[in-house]
This record gives sequence, structure tokens and C-alpha cells, in this order.
Amino acid sequence: MTPPSVESTALGVPPLQAAAAPREETPLRRFVSDFAESRLAVVAFAAFVLIVLAALLAPVIAPQNPYDLAQLDIMDGRLPPGSVGGAGFTYLLGTDDQGRDMLSGILYGLRISLAVGAGSAFIAFCAGTALGLVAAYFGGRTDTVIMRLVDLQLSFPAILVALMILAFLGKGIINVVIAIVVVEWAYYARTVRGTALVERRREYIEAAACLALSHARIVFRHLLPNCLPPLIVVGTMQVARAIALEATLSFLGLGVPVTEPSLGLLIANGYEYLLSGRYWISFYPGIALLVTIVVINLVGDQLRDVLNPRLRR
Amino acid sequence: MAATLEVRSLRAHFFTKAGVVKAVDDVSFSIGEGQVLGLVGESGSGKSVTGFSILGLVDPPGRVVGGEILFKGRDLTKLSEEEWRRIRGRDIAMIFQDPMMTLNPVLRIDTQMIETVLAHEKVSEKAARARAREALVQVGIPSPDERLRAYPHQFSGGMRQRVAIAIALLHRPALIIADEPTTALDVTIQGQILYEVQKLCREMGTSLIWITHDLAVVAGLADEICVMYAGRIVEKGPVDQVLDAPLHPYTKGLIGSVPSRNVRGQKLAQIPGMTPSLLSLPPGCAFRARCPRADAACLAEPALTRPRPGREIRCFHPHLVDEVV
Amino acid sequence: MTVYLIRRLMQSAVVVLAMTIILFLGVYAIGDPVEILISPDADQIERERAIAALGLDQPLWLQYLTFLENALRGDLGRSFVFNEPALRLILQKMPATLELALAATLFAVLLGLPLGLWAGLRPEALSSRVIMAGSILGFSLPTFWVGLMLIMVFAVELGWLPSTGRGPTAEFLGLHWSFLTLEGLRHLVLPAINLSLFKISLVIRLTRAGVRETVLMDYVKFARAKGLAPRRVIFVHVLKNIMIPVLTVTALEFGSTIAFSVVTESIFAWPGMGKLIIDSIYVLDRPVIVAYLMIIVLMFILLNFVVDVMYSALDPRVRLQDQRG
Repeated sequence: MTPPSVESTALGVPPLQAAAAPREETPLRRFVSDFAESRLAVVAFAAFVLIVLAALLAPVIAPQNPYDLAQLDIMDGRLPPGSVGGAGFTYLLGTDDQGRDMLSGILYGLRISLAVGAGSAFIAFCAGTALGLVAAYFGGRTDTVIMRLVDLQLSFPAILVALMILAFLGKGIINVVIAIVVVEWAYYARTVRGTALVERRREYIEAAACLALSHARIVFRHLLPNCLPPLIVVGTMQVARAIALEATLSFLGLGVPVTEPSLGLLIANGYEYLLSGRYWISFYPGIALLVTIVVINLVGDQLRDVLNPRLRR
Repeated sequence: MAATLEVRSLRAHFFTKAGVVKAVDDVSFSIGEGQVLGLVGESGSGKSVTGFSILGLVDPPGRVVGGEILFKGRDLTKLSEEEWRRIRGRDIAMIFQDPMMTLNPVLRIDTQMIETVLAHEKVSEKAARARAREALVQVGIPSPDERLRAYPHQFSGGMRQRVAIAIALLHRPALIIADEPTTALDVTIQGQILYEVQKLCREMGTSLIWITHDLAVVAGLADEICVMYAGRIVEKGPVDQVLDAPLHPYTKGLIGSVPSRNVRGQKLAQIPGMTPSLLSLPPGCAFRARCPRADAACLAEPALTRPRPGREIRCFHPHLVDEVV
Repeated sequence: MTVYLIRRLMQSAVVVLAMTIILFLGVYAIGDPVEILISPDADQIERERAIAALGLDQPLWLQYLTFLENALRGDLGRSFVFNEPALRLILQKMPATLELALAATLFAVLLGLPLGLWAGLRPEALSSRVIMAGSILGFSLPTFWVGLMLIMVFAVELGWLPSTGRGPTAEFLGLHWSFLTLEGLRHLVLPAINLSLFKISLVIRLTRAGVRETVLMDYVKFARAKGLAPRRVIFVHVLKNIMIPVLTVTALEFGSTIAFSVVTESIFAWPGMGKLIIDSIYVLDRPVIVAYLMIIVLMFILLNFVVDVMYSALDPRVRLQDQRG
């Protein structure tokens, strides 16, 4: 005997009204509303956008081009914030020992810091993700070898590896980028491998394999997009790390050259004046660096909560 | 004789982001001394939350919002946290479902038993240890001295549950609430545990609430049965009467779906449909969508009625006349 | 247990060997060994003598063996600047760095555990949110900048604590430690706080995550159902479960702390290994750099090994697994 269906339950009873359909919720809209639950994260994101804009538009909005020697007046050196220089120009954040306007220096420095940080993080992302995907997809020996490398890499602290590389290769932007990439690729590789191992067993990958699609296509068109969420979280945090690492290396004198100072180098320049009370030369670039890193981390933190499948609401 | 436990119109709601979940909605029952009450229902019926409410262990976002819980005449809902603490483990004890997760994996068994004794009585550690050892013997665990020094993961599932029962019995509570204690165990072990609990409760005159989704388990054990559905009691009565002549269509469906009742070769009978989500309960009787006897009258909420002495039912169309199943 | 130990030891040995190969390749193959290991002001004759002594005219694999042999004998080259064996230089400076790192770790655990515990037990409270926001600051703030600010505020503006250098030392177990003198302690405070910032944040976050996870576990609910005092539930049942991972991570991070002391030592002019390596990098005193890297790598691997052993000793589930076989 077949069990009675809902419709034929009894005479005259209208079938249960379907509950009113919820407003069309695309994954993107859901993601945005989940993210916006933390007001702090939203503010942080807005701040981050402002920072990026400021860096991009530096040549336009900076009151002075700090690298144009003609514009500098060394008599204006080491002026505290708010003082007016010889030519009637107000130095909002003071000047450094060469008479450069701190505000302009910070804006230009922000460019370098962001460019190097984001750039190296991105390269590390590409390299690490590719290796992680390959390890997960092909499995076996490839997986073991790559993962051993990852373990080896991760068991050493970032600063140590970076120091090693810079000690042997010397200073300069390219070497800093190399150092950061070597430090960071392993995080991406490990993260993506974990996710990819799970995704690899899903049916859609099997289906793609049945269609005899090339390995590259399967990995990059099908596997990768589904592994993105944790990668995005890791990527965000890694950008912050990269910026901090570059700043530290530049501060120690092992990073970017003096001609293109990042925020780290600016801080280093001001170090010697700290003890004589001229704090602004180190302080304001530090604030800029600090705010940048903090907002990126705040955004990344919220992203992690939102994209974490285990905290599914 | 005053009832050991009398629950009146208990309501416990969960205030989630998605809405208010009425996990326990107007539940009332009472248990006398030494009696066994079987609380039966599917998952999501509110039976576990009822059990937790009696011990004041409903955690946020849930809360007991109404009703009274009279334990030996004392209303537990009005207790302070410290008063609750004194009752828990001593006057009312609880046994959970999964013994692997209820015993702390990084603490030894003796630690976990001795601390229970010391939480309610000022005795020496030696005396507490002796009590613990005796409790293990009582529940039939061999070589208790060795076992005391062991860690939970060194026990089998059945043994762990025996330890949990021993812990529950340490202070000879007047009431034990057992929340699906045999669900996570093998069928053979189930029988053993059932027997142990029954024997011990009989010996000590302990009242017992046995929460389960399995009718077969409760059939041989309970004196009275309460059937819950979607947070409400839909049928209540002495166990023999309810199982032989169920009044509520849901109870009838439950009984009918027990495999042993079917004739070999016939399809297993099922209650069609699924438990409704407690977030969006349909108006009227919660069982309406799955009930073969539902009609327009069921759009209103049925109240609890007493069609016969000792029986309670929440239905507009109970099986009052004996029908052929 | 011993089988496990031996296996781990073998693994560690393999990693050490792998690191020596990488270092060796870095120095001898990628870099120019002549530049790296021979002082730049050596004249031609000395240079040729050194080349012969170091075996730089030999095939690569033979050079590697020489390198290994020397390393095992404790000869890791001579510093250009100080004209002393590099190894001895580094070992001389080690106590200072160890002292700093230990102080920072102690700080981190003593402050981080209670703060993390609080934030985990009351996640919605304002104080918890402040703590968590603070922890984000803790690991976002670049260490070197915080160091500068600490100097600025406490040394320059307020004048409470000295800004640079290590205080006077007293001898203990054959080594010189500065925390044993009051003046030494004063010098230790700022750099230790600076170095510990990152770790405090780590410990806070770890502890909080652990607490939040543990508090939901059944065994915590069961502990409450037994009527245990809340303090016991938190400090015995919850804490013991989270201590193991927290301590393990902290111990693992110790190596990272030592490495990171490079920055702190530079800023505070603390005469430890870190300052030595930075100075050496500036003046291109490469034998010291190579020696430092070797030692740090060795220390790391040793630390990993010790922590592994410690972990299996602490967690009864792992420890007893080997015994039961």
C-alpha cells in the first residue's frame, strides 16, 4: 500500500500553503550581508580603500614631490608638524632631516610598501596555489615531495628565511620580493592543498575527468574556483604579512634602496632622531604602516569568519 | 503520595537569529517515587530540551520561559544558580547519550568520580575514592581499582556508559534523567545497560525519566509513556495501554513503523512526510500535514484532553474506537 | 614510546642533513664561496692558502664533505671582523638572547592565558571584544615600530626605564644572566615586552578559540550536571583540555621568538645573537652569518623534536596509544 501523499490527505483540506519564498538571495548578496555584520570590518574595508586610493593618487594629491631635489630646502629640515617653511608652505606632519615634507613622503612611501607587499603576496599566491593544486590533484609522490618542502619551509620563521636569502643575494627590491615569495608560498600551498584534496573527490571533478578534459583545464577551470574561499582569507592576511615583513627588512637596512623608500625605510631614517625628541620623523610613517596592516587584518579576520564553513549560521 | 517531580506547562524557547524556536511548548507530566517515565519522540521533538530544563541546563540562546518544575514540592524555576548546583548530581542526576563525549578525555576516571562526591559532601579523598570504587562494582565493572586509574578512551562504549551510570548513582539521587543512554551503543550492550539501570532504580527507589526515540526500548522499562511531537505532548498514559491501544495517530504511526511488527515481505510502514521545522510551524496541529485523519478542524490547535482516566491526548480525531490496524 | 622517539630522532636528523645541504649550496654554489668565506682584505697569497685550506678547488661533493666534517668538529669558520671562531662568538651571545626570549615567552603566557580565558568565557562582553581587537593590534603592529614607540614613551618622555643595552649580570650555572640583578631587570623589561607582543596575541587567540570550542563539549555540560562548582569546571575541565595545544604552540613559537629577537635586539642594542647577525650582515662578515644560520637551524629542529616528545607525554590519548599497541 502506498503511503498517502500530502494532497490526498483528506477531503476539502487545501494543501499546506507554501511558506512565502524568501527574497532572492544570491551567494554574493549573502556574502556581503554576512560580511557587513561586523561594522568594524566594514569601516576597516572603507579605510583600506581610502589608503589604496591615496597611494595610487600620490603624485596628484601629495603637496610636494619628495624626490624632486629642486623642491627641497634643507633649511626646512627637522621641522615639527604644523610649522611653516621658508617659502610659506605648511608642513602638516613636519619634515625629515633633508627638509622633505613628511606627508608627501608617507604618501609615496605607501605606494612602495603597498606595491611590494601586494605584489610579492600575489606572486606567492600564484606559485603557492599552483604547487598546492598540483600536489592535491596528482597525489602520490608529487604530493609527498611538495608537502615535505612546505613543511620544511613552514618550520622556519619568516624573518629567518628572509634574512638568509638577503644575506646571500644582497639588498634591493627584487631580492626583497624573492625573499617574501619564498617565505609565503608555503601557506598558500598548504591551504589550497587541504581544500583541493576534499574537492577532488567530488563528483564534478570525476565528471570533468570523464569528459577527457585536459589536466590543466580541470585544475584551473573546475578545481580552483571551488578552493578559493580559504585562499582569499589566507591571501588577505598574507598581504598584511608581506607589507610588515618588507617594512621590517627595510628598517633593518636590508630592503628597498634609499632612492625609493618604503614606509619601513622612512621609519628607519627617523630612528636616530627619536632620542632627541623629534619623534614625528618615525612616528607618522609608523602610524601609516600600522593603520594599513591593521585594516587589512581586520578585513581578513571578518572574511575568515564569514567564509568558514564550520561556523555556518 | 506527593510526586517526586511535577512539571507544569513547561515552556522553553530558543531565541535564534532566524526566529524563536519553541522547543518545549506547554509540557506537563508528573512522576511518583520509584516510577519510570518514558519520554518518546523523534529528534527535534523537544524531549532532550525537556530533560535539560529540569536540571536548569538549557544554554543560551535557549531559556525556560514559562511553567513550573516542582521537585518534591519545590519550584526549581525559582532557584538561584548556587541552589541549582547543589541539586545537580545529588538530588537529580543525568546520564547523557554519548559516553565518549561526556567523560573528559584528559582526566582519569577516579578524578571525575571523586570530584562528583566532593562537590556535594565534605569527606576525605580516601572515603570518596572508596565510594567511587563501590559504585563501579555496583554497575558491574570488573577490577574496579585498575579501572579507576584509567582514562576514558581505554574503556569500551558500554563500559563508559556504566561509569556514567555509576557517577549518576553516587549520591543516590531521587531522580535520574537518562537522555538516550543506549542510542550510541550496540544492540547487545543496550540490553545489558537497560537491565542494569532498571535493577538499580528498583533497588534504590529512584525515579527515572528515560528519553528515547525508540519505542521498543521503553516498552519493557517504563511505567508511563509521554509521546512528544514538535515540542508538545501529544499522548500520555500507562505504557501497556498506550502501546496496545494508541489514541493519537502519531503514536499509532510510530508503533506501526517498528520493524518487528511487520509481516515479512511487506513494505515497512512509514509515517509520510518529515518533522516540520520548529521555526515555521504550520498553524493548528503540528502533525496535520502527515496525519491520515486530518481535516479542517485540525487548523486549530488541539488542547490536551482526557478521553479516559489516566490517558491524555492532544488530538481532534483520536482512535477512540478500537480499529483494525 | 621509544620506537616513536627513535623514529622522530631519525626524521630530525634527516632534516638537519637537508638543511646543511641547502646552506652549503647557498654558500658554495649560489653565492661565491671565495667572497663569502675569505676575508676581503686577504692578499693573493693568503687567498690561495685559504682556498686550499677550505678545499675550494675541490669538486663540489668533496667540498660538502669537508664542510660537514668541519661542522661536526665545531669549526664553522672564522669571523673576519673579530678574528675569532664564529661558533664561539655566537655561543657567547646566546645567553643574552635566550634570556630575552624566555622573558618574552613568560610574559606572553602569563598575560595571554588569563586574557584569552576571559575572552572565551564571555565572548559577547565589551571587555572581550576589546581584548580581541587588542590581539589583532598585537600581531599587526610591526615589532620594530612598537619598540621605537616604547623607547619614546618610557625612556625618553617618562624616563622610567633605560632605552638601550643589557643591564649588569650575575652568574648562575656558569652563565651570566641579567635578570638576577635589579638594574638588569630594568633593562630587560622593555625589550621583553616588545618581543612578547606578537606572542601574547597568539596566546590570547589560541586560548579563546580553545575555550569557545571546549565549552560547547558534552563533557563540560556533564561536569555542570554533576553539580561541580563553576570554578572547577573552568579551571580543571576546560583549562586542562586547552593547555595542551596552547603550550605546544607556544613552545614551537619559541624558536620563532628567538629568530625574531633580531629586530628587538637591533632597536634596543641588546647584545645577543640577533644583534650579532645583523651587524655581521652589514659588514658582510659571512662566516658568522653561516655559523649563525647553522646554529639556529639546529636549535629549531631540536626544539621541534622536544616539543613533539613533550606533546606525546602530556596527552594521555597519544601516550597510551603506544602502550596498548
